[in-house]
Amino acid sequence: MTLKGKAASVEFRNVTKAFGPVVAVRDLTFTIEAGELITFLGPSGCGKTTTLRMIAGLELATSGQIFIGGDEVTRLPATDRDVAMVFQSYALFPHMTVAENVAYGLTVGGGPKAEARARAREGLHLVGLDGFEERMPSELSGGQQQRVAVARALVLEPQVLLFDEPLSNLDAKLRRRMREEIRDLQRSLGLTAVYVTHDQSEALAVSDRIVVMRNAAIAQVGSPQDLYERPVDGFVADFIGDANLVEAEVVRVEGEEAVVRIGGIETRRPGRSVAPGPAKVAIRPEALKLSEGREPGSIEGTVTRAVYLGSHLEYVVECVLGELFVIDHAMESPIPQGATVAIRLARRGVNLVPGRDSEAQAATQGIQTEPA
Amino acid sequence: MLNRTVVLWLAVGWVGYAVLPWYALDDGFWGFGWIASYLGDTEHSPGLVSGLTGERPWLAPVALFLLMPLAVLRRPKMDPLFSTVLLAAGGFGLAYVLGQGFTVGLSGWRWDFLEGWFGATDLQQFGMGYGALLVCAALLFLLSQGIAARGAVNGDVFVVGSIALIVALVATFIFFPMTQILISAFQDLDGNFAPERFGEKLVSADLWGVACLTSSVRCGIAWNSLVLAILVGVSTAVMGLAFALAVTRTRIRGKKLLRVLTILPIITPPFVIALAIILLFGRSGAASTFLEWAFGIPPSRWIYGLFGTWLSQMLAFTPIAFLVLIGVVEGVSPAMEEASQTLRAKSWRTFMTVSLPLMRPGLANAFLVGFIESLADFGNPMVLGGDFEVLSTSIFFSIVGSQNDMGRAAVLGIVLLAFTLSAFYAQRRWLGRKSYTTVTGKGDAGIHPELPKGLVRLIYGTTVPWAVFTFVIYAMIMFGGFVKLWGYDHSFTLQHYIDAFDVSWGQHGIVWAGAAWNSFSTTLIISAIAAPLTAGVGLLTAYLLVRQRFRGRDTFEFGTMLSFAIPGTVIGVSYILAFNVPPIELTGTGAILVICFVFRNMPVGVRAGIASMSQIDQSLDESSLTLGASSFTTLRRVVLPLLRPAIVAALVFSFVRAVTAISAVIFLVSARYDMATSYIIGRVENGDYGLAIAYSSVLIVVMVVVILGVQVAVGERKLGRRGTIKPAGAPAMEVGIA
Ligand SMILES: Nc1ncnc2c1ncn2[C@@H]1O[C@H](COP(=O)(O)OP(=O)(O)OP(=O)(O)O)[C@@H](O)[C@H]1O
Ligand SMILES: [Mg+2]
Repeated sequence: MTLKGKAASVEFRNVTKAFGPVVAVRDLTFTIEAGELITFLGPSGCGKTTTLRMIAGLELATSGQIFIGGDEVTRLPATDRDVAMVFQSYALFPHMTVAENVAYGLTVGGGPKAEARARAREGLHLVGLDGFEERMPSELSGGQQQRVAVARALVLEPQVLLFDEPLSNLDAKLRRRMREEIRDLQRSLGLTAVYVTHDQSEALAVSDRIVVMRNAAIAQVGSPQDLYERPVDGFVADFIGDANLVEAEVVRVEGEEAVVRIGGIETRRPGRSVAPGPAKVAIRPEALKLSEGREPGSIEGTVTRAVYLGSHLEYVVECVLGELFVIDHAMESPIPQGATVAIRLARRGVNLVPGRDSEAQAATQGIQTEPA
Repeated sequence: MLNRTVVLWLAVGWVGYAVLPWYALDDGFWGFGWIASYLGDTEHSPGLVSGLTGERPWLAPVALFLLMPLAVLRRPKMDPLFSTVLLAAGGFGLAYVLGQGFTVGLSGWRWDFLEGWFGATDLQQFGMGYGALLVCAALLFLLSQGIAARGAVNGDVFVVGSIALIVALVATFIFFPMTQILISAFQDLDGNFAPERFGEKLVSADLWGVACLTSSVRCGIAWNSLVLAILVGVSTAVMGLAFALAVTRTRIRGKKLLRVLTILPIITPPFVIALAIILLFGRSGAASTFLEWAFGIPPSRWIYGLFGTWLSQMLAFTPIAFLVLIGVVEGVSPAMEEASQTLRAKSWRTFMTVSLPLMRPGLANAFLVGFIESLADFGNPMVLGGDFEVLSTSIFFSIVGSQNDMGRAAVLGIVLLAFTLSAFYAQRRWLGRKSYTTVTGKGDAGIHPELPKGLVRLIYGTTVPWAVFTFVIYAMIMFGGFVKLWGYDHSFTLQHYIDAFDVSWGQHGIVWAGAAWNSFSTTLIISAIAAPLTAGVGLLTAYLLVRQRFRGRDTFEFGTMLSFAIPGTVIGVSYILAFNVPPIELTGTGAILVICFVFRNMPVGVRAGIASMSQIDQSLDESSLTLGASSFTTLRRVVLPLLRPAIVAALVFSFVRAVTAISAVIFLVSARYDMATSYIIGRVENGDYGLAIAYSSVLIVVMVVVILGVQVAVGERKLGRRGTIKPAGAPAMEVGIA
């Protein structure tokens, strides 16, 4: 295999993009290391695609600076950037064969035809499409078209490879397989890849790091584990892993830990510089343990809905904290609807989060709160 | 690193300035006679030589603007100095070159006040030629590189250059002539500024008189035009609706044939219908002769006037209304009509309260199109108008007749322009967008309910006789050329065809002896040159409009579509006014015909391009860009191949429209470059109907052959079984004005 990436880092410094009065991206600053796969995740309209297109050079930033591989590219148009992109619609040229599509970027660069053809074949081999060279794109399945699009981007050995929701047109099973293939290719070729999705499980599965965006700005950057276990606020907690956000009270802080009262029971949690007083807690659906009946030292609730999903059970439980969403992998003892249950909290998956939840909730529901 | 594009345009500029002759002289654009006298004759010398030898010292400073960019050749694009220098060189250079052109004319100062300032002069210069043209192009593109370097349109040199090119062309060949017509409307016969004469002419009884209501005095020409246009608009809309309903909602036979009717107006020169009507109802027409023989009704000139003009325009423009309306009628969702019927509405009620109101925007659109067509039409009123004068013909007679009053022609042109522009504006403002979105491709389930019986009878009662009448008219055109002397001697003859298209063998090979060969070949050549240029300019404009975001895009669009609403006669007059004298001297050349066609038909290409380009997903362009292709390469390798059907359509339409055009052409032809249509009109005026009709039928047949030939030759490349994009189909026929 001779194809490899010339992986380069990407840096945004205070980048803003406005379309007339609409600010699509506000004051964005982040760095993507060379060879890393980073995912942009966020609700619809939060500015993911715009950010990606600014890396590609399809949109030019209104203000701020963009660097690729340490060189400033802020005003460089797409043609002159060493970046390739895989589009949601694949954007294969319908009047060219698969081979011509893959070789396109090489031939417009003025390289020799024969070499372009050889590289194209190599690229197709890489994505497992040997023998498809002479087909027209319309004679391929959706997954195959996807692979051609990836191969077309790979053969240019770009500094950065961009994916804008590349899998959203595929069915669930194929999606899973393709995302693994993309991840494997990226790892083995050592590419810098930027991936946009609004599917959180996709993001968790493929990324080295995830950038969660909200309202044209970054909400949090971190590894999948960071985001899941240590969300900086209710919005991130809710967006990644459907956390239940509940009111609580910090009773006191003891070193690294805080004693928190949730719905009448007290529990110890890692407390990162919190002050005693009212607080918010994000509880993962798996972190709530249910048992039928009443137990002292637990929160009492009523199951208002129970859904059987094969691999697990989902409950909605009504209690003093409000409605809680619960996932239970213990399939042996399903709890019937209407039953009274005792709710206990697991060790992990219950996190104190800073406030600001009204904003967070607005964002999760896709309502744009345009800050003045 | 040298900036290659700047080097290229600088080289072009210097070739134009230092090598090629600055002025264009007698031989015309394609003439190369200057090469022989290049060195001896100062009139043929390049701008640089004229400037330095002191022959025409004002050309010397041009060098300055072509030297300036040398200073920044090695600077990077990002450098502010780079863009500043290019902006200055291009902008001021262009202004200077144009300025000197408009200051010094054929015989001294172009403007009297300059003589007052600088005294009389014997300076003189001629129309700009190759040299000046190249220098202007170079300066324009240097300017656009400066603009691009400032970051306009993402700094894309090709796109900014294209925008600049189109703007310059439209400004030169549409707006500049329009300003000339405005200026000349304010001048008296001697060219002095005389605003009171403008007002006088504008409100004159000649134009606006209403005496005909009370006495036998003729009414104003403006009223004539308006009344005719409204009649034609209403009647073509009604007939168009009847045909559209007949084709889509009834079981009438011969629907294919009706569809064929729709290409007739494109391939028929506008006055041919009028000619056929004369052959039928003229004093020696077939119908008139029959009436005299059967009922003893003496033949008269009754067909000449409002009625005849209206009849021929209706025949000519009903197919256009049909085309506008068939999309609308097909677009009315059957679900609505079915819903109405499930609510127990009878079929008449359904039609009147649901279907018809849904078609209302389409009907209004058809009316406006017919209205504009009628106003702009020149051929039919010319042939059939008689004493009934309309604006377009009056404009012509003000210039060619004994009056020779440019000022009057200009005022009439302005009035006509005001009418058509208002209608054009109304159409775009209220209806333009709606009529595009009727057919969605998502099949609405359901079938249209039956029309009420009475309505069906009415539709049959109008469409069938009308179709038969149209058929008779075209039969007249096809066979009229074989009759010896219409009305007197109906024996078969080939004489007219021989007169027109005789070919014989002479000493030196083929002799094109027929009278028509000259204009026929000129027509084909000029149209064949104009067609690719029209398609090119039109599609490039469409590409800019659909694919690029830039400031002033809306104005740009309006400007490029504007020429659609400018009647041909107005264009003709304005071209004479604008291009008769330096700096741009084109009258009498073939180039002015080509240019006229390109800019009159450009909207056809623009619309064809817009319609099909919006069907091509933008991400195709973007992926090409991210793969490292420039916007020019993307256009060439991705967009154009996918646009092939639209390109062909634009080529064919612009060719055919150029062949059949008359209104602007008649002002611009010369003895050397005569066009088929103007030649035929000349024959008609001499009463030589036989040759005229023979020639017309040959034109029509040639057009049919061209259209069919192209369709067969091109075919459609398969894009595969599940085409992710539809190959952008040929757009619905473009509705343009004569
Ligand atoms: N060309 C444009 N003109 C005007 N506004 C735009 C344009 N492109 C994007 N926007 C706006 O910028 C904001 C961010 O858009 P963007 O496409 O980046 O969202 P996104 O995060 O990719 O959303 P999705 O998940 O729905 O694709 C949106 O409010 C959008 O309406
Ligand atoms: Mg998006």
